Amino acid sequence: MMIFDVAIIGAGPAGMQAACDLRRRDLSVVVLDEQPAPGGQIWRGVERNCQPGSHLAQGLGAEYRQGADVARSFRASGADYRPLSRVWQIEESSKEAMAQGWQVFVTRESQAEVIEARRILLANGAQERPVPFPGWTRPGVLTVGAAQILLKSGGLLPEGPVWICGAGPLPLLYAHQLRKLGGQIAGFLDTAPRDTLRRGLPHLNGALRDWKSLAKGLGWQAGMRLSGLRRETGVTQLRAEGGDRLERIRWQTPEGEKSATAGVLLIHEGLVPSVHPTLSLQCEHAWSDAQQSLRPVLDPWGETTRSGLFVAGDAAGIDGAKAALAKGALAAIGIARSLGVLSDARARHARVAGDRALSKARAARPLLDSLYPAPEGKIGDDTIVCRCEELTAGQIRAAARRGAADPDRVKAETRAGMGPCQGRQCGYTIARLIAEAHDMPRADVGFHNIRPPLKPVTLGELASLGKTKA
Amino acid sequence: MRAGTDLIVIGGGLHGLSAALQSARRGLRVVLLEGAFTGRHASGATAAGVRSLNRAVEELPLSLEAQAQWEDMIALVGDDCGFHAGGQVQVAMDTEAEARIKARIARLEAAGMRHEQWIGPDRLTELVPVMQPGALGAAYVARDGSADPHRTIRAFRAACLDAGVEILENHPVTWLARDGSLWTVVAGGTTHVAPTVVNAAGAWGRQIAKLAGDPLDVGIKNSMMIVTERCEPCLGPVISAQNRKLSFKQTADGTFLIGGGVQGRLRPGGGSASVDFGALSGAMSTTLALFPWVADLRLVRAWAGMEAATADLLPVIGPSHRAPGLIHVFGFSGHGFQLVPSVGRVIADLAETGRTRTELSAFDPGRLATNRKAA
Repeated sequence: MMIFDVAIIGAGPAGMQAACDLRRRDLSVVVLDEQPAPGGQIWRGVERNCQPGSHLAQGLGAEYRQGADVARSFRASGADYRPLSRVWQIEESSKEAMAQGWQVFVTRESQAEVIEARRILLANGAQERPVPFPGWTRPGVLTVGAAQILLKSGGLLPEGPVWICGAGPLPLLYAHQLRKLGGQIAGFLDTAPRDTLRRGLPHLNGALRDWKSLAKGLGWQAGMRLSGLRRETGVTQLRAEGGDRLERIRWQTPEGEKSATAGVLLIHEGLVPSVHPTLSLQCEHAWSDAQQSLRPVLDPWGETTRSGLFVAGDAAGIDGAKAALAKGALAAIGIARSLGVLSDARARHARVAGDRALSKARAARPLLDSLYPAPEGKIGDDTIVCRCEELTAGQIRAAARRGAADPDRVKAETRAGMGPCQGRQCGYTIARLIAEAHDMPRADVGFHNIRPPLKPVTLGELASLGKTKA
Repeated sequence: MRAGTDLIVIGGGLHGLSAALQSARRGLRVVLLEGAFTGRHASGATAAGVRSLNRAVEELPLSLEAQAQWEDMIALVGDDCGFHAGGQVQVAMDTEAEARIKARIARLEAAGMRHEQWIGPDRLTELVPVMQPGALGAAYVARDGSADPHRTIRAFRAACLDAGVEILENHPVTWLARDGSLWTVVAGGTTHVAPTVVNAAGAWGRQIAKLAGDPLDVGIKNSMMIVTERCEPCLGPVISAQNRKLSFKQTADGTFLIGGGVQGRLRPGGGSASVDFGALSGAMSTTLALFPWVADLRLVRAWAGMEAATADLLPVIGPSHRAPGLIHVFGFSGHGFQLVPSVGRVIADLAETGRTRTELSAFDPGRLATNRKAA
C-alpha cells in the first residue's frame, strides 16, 4: 500500500497552498476534501464561478476571484487530489515498520478506505459559532454561511426579502454580495455592542498595516448606508417566532422592543476553528479570550503537541483567507523540515517571508475581534441548546449544578453532545453554561471528549473498509 | 481526617454505588471515593444488557436474583432505570451453534434452572421479524432485556445520596494502608479511616489491590460499542449469536447499539481506551448477515470502555485473604451490569456482618493471587 509523505485534509486556501509548496519539494501529497471542487468555504465553487462570462464572479468580489489562481496552481501541482472524500477518523499508525505515521479513514463514493501518510496537515477550516436563541431551530432560520454556500454553489438567492442578524465581516460581505446580485434585504440587525468604536480604538493603529481590508470593510458599511437599507444597532434578545415556519422576529435595542414579519432570517456571530479532529486526537488546546474559542496549541512550524500532526488555516485560529495562505506555506516548510528534506537552517531562512506575510495578514484581526465580540447575553432556560437531543439551557444548567464542572459528566447525564453533530452545535454553549453555574473562567471548563467518528459514516461503509476495489 | 466512617467504597461505578447504597441502607456510614465522576468508565460505556442468558453457571444464582430485582428496581432505587424486559435472544447460525445451545439448555435443566428455552426458526421470526431468515433457532429468555445505563447511574447515585452516602468525585485513591483494625485511605488530598474498605475500582481494581498488599492477576478489556442514528422502533429483544461476536439491540431512543466484545486499544498511559476501526469493520459481518438493512444506517458514535477482566471471565467478589477488612468486587469481564443489584446485596452482607448466604467460592480473590511484591 502506498504511504504518502503528507496527507492534507481540506482543499481551502491553507490546504492548497501547502500542497503546492510540498509538491515543489517533490514530496508525495494526498489532499482529501469534502467538496466536489477545490476552494474550501471561502472560495467555494471558485473554478466554476470564475469562468469567463459568469455574472457571479463580479458579485462575489476580487478576493474571491483570486482563489481561481490558487486553485489553478493546486490542480497543476501533482498532488493526489481526492474531492468528495469525507474523513471520519484519524489514528496514529501502530505499525512498527513506519518510524512515524498516520492512518486516515475516509469515505468516497460509499467506499471506505484507510490512507497512510507520514505527516498529517489539518487544513479543515472553521465553522460558524452556534448561538442559541429562542426559535433558532425554526425552519426559515439559517446561518449566513449556509446562505452563502447556496450563493456560491449555484448562484441561489434566498426567496423574498431576508433579515440578516449578527456581527462580523461575513454578514456585511454577504449583504454586499446579495445587493450586487439583486437579492432583497429586509433589514440588517447589528448585534455588535454600540460602544464598538471605543472597543476598537486601541487596535486601530495595528490594523492600519492591513489598510486594504479595512477599506473594503468600510466600503461594505458605506454601501449599506447609501442603499437606504433598514439597519438596527445594539440588537439583543433576538427571537424567531412562528409555527412550523418563521413568521415574525422580535428584538431589543436600547430604545425598546421591536418586531417585524419575516420569512427568512440569516444569523451569524463569527467563526470558530474546527477543532474536533485535534480534540479527538487529544492534542493540547488553548482558550482564546479574544475569539471565545479553542485552538490547538502549535509550535512555530504549525505542529501540534502530537508529533507529525500539523494544523494550518482557520482551524488554527480565525484569521481569514490571506492568513490561511501564509499558514499553509509555513506548515509546508515545517513539514518539509520534519521529514528531513529541508535542513533546520534553511527552514528558518525560508520562513522569514512567511512570518512577515502572516503577521501582515493578521494585522486587522485584533480590531475585528474587539469590534465583533461573541454574544454574551443570557440564554433563556427555555431555549434549545443541544439540537440533536433537544435539550434546553435550563436542563443543561440543572445538570451543571448537580455535580462537578466537567462537560463529560454533563454529557453523560443529559446526552448533550452525543448526537450526530458531536457537540459542534452545543459544545461551547454547554461549556459556557457550566462555567456560569460554577462561577469559573470559561477557559478552565474545557470541552467534552470527542468520540469517533468525526463525521457520520454508514455501517455499510464501515464494513467496506479494507475491501477496496482493486 | 474523618472519624466515624464504617465503610469506604473505592470506585463510583455501578457496583461501587450499589454496594454503598445497600450498606448505607443497613445503617452503615459510607464514604464513596471516585477518581473522576460516577459512571465515568465501564458503567457509562456499557451496552446495559440485563441478561441471564448464556451466563456462566457459577454466576446464575446471583443473576437470577438480580433478574427479580431488575423487575422491581423502583423498590431499590426509586426508578425503573429504563429497564425493559424485551427478552434476550442468542441465535444459532449453524448446526454447531445449535448443538452447543441445546447442550447448555439441557445442562441447565438438569441443574433445575429453566430460565432459558430453545425456540425454532418460526418462533424466532415471530419475535424478531426484522432479522434475515436462515438462522436455525435460538436460545431465549423472555424476562431478560436491557436498561438505560446513564439513567441507572443517576438513579443509584441519587439513592446513595438519599441514603446518606457521602460521594466524593474527583478523588482518586493514592494511598491505603491498614493499621490494626482500621484502614486509612488517602484520596484527592483527603484522608478517610474505616474498618472496612470495598475495592470496586473496576479497571483500576488491580491497582487498588496492589496498593492494599493483595496483588491479583487481573487484566484489562476495552470492549467497543457503536451507536447508530435513530430509527422507528422495530426490534424488541437484544440479539446475540452463539460463537460470534455480536450484541445488537435497539434502545428506547430508537438508536441501535452494536457491541459484542470486539476490543479497542488502550491509550498510552493506560488511563483510557480508544476505538480500533479496523477491528470494528471486521466485526460488522455478523451484524450485516443477520440485519442487512443496517448497512444504510449512520454510525453516530463509537467508543471503548475500560473494564477489568479475569482469565476465567468470572468476577472477583469476596474478602481479601491477605488484607483483612478489604472486600473486592471488580473484574466483571464485560458482563457485570445485570449483577449490580444482587452483588451490591452480597457486599452489604459482607460489610455488615462479614458473612453472606451466597456461595462465592468461584469468585474467590485467592484464585488470582500473585506473589506479594515489596511495597
